[in-house]
Amino acid sequence: MIKAENVVKIFNSHAGIIRAVDGVSTEVAKGEVVVVIGPSGSGKSTFLRCINGLEAFTEGHILIDGVDLADKKTNINKVRAEVGMVFQQFNLFPHKTVLENLTLAQRKVRRRSRKVAEEKAYALLKKVGIHDKAGEYPSRLSGGQQQRVAIARALAMDPKVMLFDEPTSALDPEMVGEVLDVMKQLAREGMTMIVVTHEMGFAREVADRVIFMDEGKVVEVGTPEHFFTNPKEDRAKLFLKQVL
Amino acid sequence: MIATNKTWPWKLLLVAILLVMAAGTWGAVQKIEYQWRWYRVPQYFLYHAEDAQKIAFDGIVQTIKTSGDVTEVVLVSENAEKLTVSIDTDTLQVSEGEDLFEGDTVGFVRQWRLGPLMMGLWTTLWLSAISSVFALVLGLLTGLARISKNFTVRGLATIYVECIRGTPLLVQIFLAYFFLGTVFDLSRNVCGIGALSLFAGAYVAEIVRAGIQAIPKGQGEAARSLGMNSFQTMVEVILPQALKKILPPLSGQFISLIKDSSLVSVIAITDLTKSGREIITSTFATFEIWLVIAVMYLLVTSILSQIVYYMERRFAISD
Ligand SMILES: Nc1ncnc2c1ncn2[C@@H]1O[C@H](COP(=O)(O)OP(=O)(O)O)[C@@H](O)[C@H]1O
Ligand SMILES: [Mg+2]
Repeated sequence: MIKAENVVKIFNSHAGIIRAVDGVSTEVAKGEVVVVIGPSGSGKSTFLRCINGLEAFTEGHILIDGVDLADKKTNINKVRAEVGMVFQQFNLFPHKTVLENLTLAQRKVRRRSRKVAEEKAYALLKKVGIHDKAGEYPSRLSGGQQQRVAIARALAMDPKVMLFDEPTSALDPEMVGEVLDVMKQLAREGMTMIVVTHEMGFAREVADRVIFMDEGKVVEVGTPEHFFTNPKEDRAKLFLKQVL
Repeated sequence: MIATNKTWPWKLLLVAILLVMAAGTWGAVQKIEYQWRWYRVPQYFLYHAEDAQKIAFDGIVQTIKTSGDVTEVVLVSENAEKLTVSIDTDTLQVSEGEDLFEGDTVGFVRQWRLGPLMMGLWTTLWLSAISSVFALVLGLLTGLARISKNFTVRGLATIYVECIRGTPLLVQIFLAYFFLGTVFDLSRNVCGIGALSLFAGAYVAEIVRAGIQAIPKGQGEAARSLGMNSFQTMVEVILPQALKKILPPLSGQFISLIKDSSLVSVIAITDLTKSGREIITSTFATFEIWLVIAVMYLLVTSILSQIVYYMERRFAISD
């Protein structure tokens, strides 16, 4: 489903050259849930953003259903429509209602009729538990509600894979659960997911595989059971000691 | 400390200061013994024109029918041509049966007409309005070009903006009129509108660019991550949010344009300022006319500011 081969992303900033992602290779099978963890600045977000082309990588290949993002002929908009992304800051469109947030790309990109798009939107809002807020503007919603709308917005495109970049990090603690519940349900339904998170409980419960990154590299990979009980690498041990 | 919301002492102070300033001005004007002629001013807003109604042939007055203020005079020529003229009753200068020659006055029609100050104001307004529309389109395109990824497009936009912002509007108007106007054979109105549009367009471009850059990056990323292309992202997500943000500076720019348009009077466009100068040469009421013109500009700009203020409040609903 997703195959990353030796992906390198170099930032040339005034602070110097940063190898944010430094040779990451991994494969994610259909229906698999992969959780990416690691200290801040280890390149998790950058790697995730490379997968849907928000960040153009410097070296390597990323194949999504066999389509190579490194290939110049690849239509990146088409790929993005298949790859849903949920951001830490929700990034809902503030000038559009919840319903319009969900129908905009369906209509503009998928060319669905208003009726079809709205039916889909209502069904998804119901699924994430916010069907009574369809006409509201995002600013009227709590953080947890906004993030659930953002998940629904991504799902409305019928993506083949969902990427989550610390979806609960900007939330008040009491709202983390409602968002994780939606994600767990998605995982149970067989959605292919790559999740960057600090929620170790979620990783333990839902992940098929845990990837630990540090300084742009994959340091350790394994099942949650292996990773949380018996990590091999010192850096992983240190990290776990700090977060658990 | 207890917070007080007594504002009246400060209001009183404000009024006192204004009164002192007015008195000072008054005193200074008294000293130079200026002859105020305010009574000459109103006619330049509105005047009662008397248009002479003349006979177009040699003939006689056949009938005169008066009904109230209006009188209808029927004239017949030597070869039985008939002509009916309507005039104001009290200006009737002929009697029934009288012989008239071509060009004789039958009477007058009085009519209220807008004076040069109003005509000048009208010119200023439409000139500014048309220039604003062009400036908006030009500024929007240039603002987008300024953040384009293409070097050439970005370079052209930057050069345009820097050239306009780095030279005085007065010089631009002269260049537009004497250089471009001569080379391309353009009328003064076209040159005036062109110069004002180019001038305001550069400032609008900077406002648009700043407005777009003020939208959080996450908005564009969210739209792109849903598969929307860069055009759809701009039109559906970025611009609607940016335009709301730039409405106040944008309207400020257009209000400035009304004031800046006074400079087109140097290429003999009869706008409000030019009308004023023309009136002064015939009345010598220099102080009065310039004061009146200042108040007229002030009125127009304050009315517009108020309209914008209400629009902003209505726009604020979705957040
Ligand atoms: N746009 C950027 N320009 C320059 N450096 C960046 C940019 N984005 C991220 N980086 C750098 O890349 C490294 C990895 O960042 P990131 O992927 O955000 O890490 P994480 O998500 O694991 O915290 C950091 O050192 C960060 O400073
Ligand atoms: Mg991150």
